[in-house]
Amino acid sequence: MAEESAGGQNRTNAFVVSARKRFIQRVTKTVGEGTLLAIASFVAIVVIFIFYFVAKDAIPFFQIRGFQEFFTTTGWYPADDPAKFGAFAIIYGSLMVTLGSALIAVPMGVAAAICLSDILPFSIRQYAKPVIEMLAAIPSVAFGFFALVVLAPLLQEKGGLLMMWAWWLIAAPFMTLMIIIFADLLTTNIADPKRRKQLNLLLTALFGLIGVALLYRVGSVLSSIQILTGTNALNVSIILSFMALPTIVSVSEDALQAVGRDLREGSYALGATRAETIMKTILPAASSGILAAVILGIMRALGETMVVWMASGNSAHIPEPFFNYFEAVRTLTATIAGDMGEADQVTGSARFHVLFAMGLLLLVISFICNLVSERIVVRQRKILSGQ
Amino acid sequence: MMKKLLLLAFFLSFAVGATANAADKTIVLDGSTTVGPIAKSFATYFTRKFGIRVTVSESGSGNGAKSLINHTCSIATLSRPMKAEELAAAKKIGVNPVAHVIALDGLAMVVHPGNPVRSLTKAQISSIYRGTVTNWQEVGGPNARIVVIQRESNSGTEDSFKELVVGKGVQITRNAETQASNGAVKNRVSTTPGAIGFLGLGFVDRSVKSVAVNGIAPTIPSVKNGTYPVTRPLYFYTDGAPSGPVKQFIELSKTADGRRMISELGFVNQ
Repeated sequence: MAEESAGGQNRTNAFVVSARKRFIQRVTKTVGEGTLLAIASFVAIVVIFIFYFVAKDAIPFFQIRGFQEFFTTTGWYPADDPAKFGAFAIIYGSLMVTLGSALIAVPMGVAAAICLSDILPFSIRQYAKPVIEMLAAIPSVAFGFFALVVLAPLLQEKGGLLMMWAWWLIAAPFMTLMIIIFADLLTTNIADPKRRKQLNLLLTALFGLIGVALLYRVGSVLSSIQILTGTNALNVSIILSFMALPTIVSVSEDALQAVGRDLREGSYALGATRAETIMKTILPAASSGILAAVILGIMRALGETMVVWMASGNSAHIPEPFFNYFEAVRTLTATIAGDMGEADQVTGSARFHVLFAMGLLLLVISFICNLVSERIVVRQRKILSGQ
Repeated sequence: MMKKLLLLAFFLSFAVGATANAADKTIVLDGSTTVGPIAKSFATYFTRKFGIRVTVSESGSGNGAKSLINHTCSIATLSRPMKAEELAAAKKIGVNPVAHVIALDGLAMVVHPGNPVRSLTKAQISSIYRGTVTNWQEVGGPNARIVVIQRESNSGTEDSFKELVVGKGVQITRNAETQASNGAVKNRVSTTPGAIGFLGLGFVDRSVKSVAVNGIAPTIPSVKNGTYPVTRPLYFYTDGAPSGPVKQFIELSKTADGRRMISELGFVNQ
């Protein structure tokens, strides 16, 4: 009897934790959770603090000089007497190089992501993706050096030729595709197969001729362009697009992978070709992720400083005509970097605070971008889940 | 874990101790990219001769002045005299900047080696930088647009150039490109056929072509006797009268070795 009870005691002892141990467990749990919470909230607080301190030094500028000069005029002479703080051309320059880099990086990045996720075999993808991601590990000053020392002289000497080749490389496959599709579309309603084939051939030849003429004409126009200065918006856009590429490729590839086998195989089972599956099933399903990738990439381009400071030419004017990418521009980030040294708190207050006003503007722009992308992702998810 | 932390703490305290010790024996220079080469070769010489470490940063004259005011350097190198505002800011917190002229420098106007223009007047250069002259044809060159290259607002070279050539209170054209250092300007001018820029005399080499100003070529004799119109002194600034190694370092510019280093770098002794 006594033995049995002792045995029972032993058995329950194995599961009952002593009060002291329980206490220790509770304390460690509280401390652990508290630490994690503190670290997490610290990160959030840092963001708020950055906003606060940038705004604190930015607001005096608007108090001194008002909004109109900063946002609507283009004279940027912070060091002159009297000083001018017209930042419109600089804001425009920032938007211009960001747009330029997005125009290059987004189609390239999304196409590369599609290729990686749906076209290349797994064994190649395993190696290709890390190589692309390695682009992100190159320090921006190395990109800047390349832009200034290699790309700028190259654009001056062979800019037109390079653009002609780029145009041919990009346009030729696209046009071939378009010609085939249009010729098919236009002849698809003809009942007689023999006549259809003849007409198809005729149309293809006709479109082909127009296409070749277009290729040649635009190519020769491009090749005749003489670029006056290589440190211009085009140079920076190209380099920034390379810097944004790894983000765009990597994040969109993840989004495409997340679509999953079931949707792909469902599409194939319904008789869709691979092109149809990619265009009509996978891309729409992954569009929110791709959009997030694009916005992340654009933010990288907008916030980059070293490359633009070294290679954009830094002249605070709006190019003529306004879409002329062959002229030097100046961006917000480069202006902050370049004018910071002289602009001490103790000398010239508006000159110091205007840089914070620019910083605040950049913060607000990226904040809005983030909000928008967040919004789109949420709405896309709702549509996909059928609500 | 604990052991690792202790080890880390040990190394950290060691590192702090090491920097504190080094601070007594280190001379820190900060400022102009133009004075940079002189400061660096002085530093190498000084370290070799006296065993005192000298660190040289080149962040622009404005930053140099700021560093001196904020006590983060013992000598500020400037390619222009300190401005009234900077002196006022220094006085306010009890810093007393003392100027030492160590050398003279001519600002050379440089163009691409393929540019046939040999000489420009000060007025022509001024119109180019004001944006009223935009084609080389207007100043006796080929029919090509001028790519105007200036330095950033942080640069003492830019300040000197504005004061000596363009004129005070005159705005440089907003089409002018801005580069961050003498080296970057040289690089851009040497690779851009239509470019014009300005460099400290010591930076001019065969990759660019310097043009005569008002008919006088930027050479060491013409800078020294003051006939070259774009000449300026280069400064070391200290907080109060220098003493000890800092004084020794500044007086290097008056020794035979110092003068040799200055002229070897393409600058001009007083």
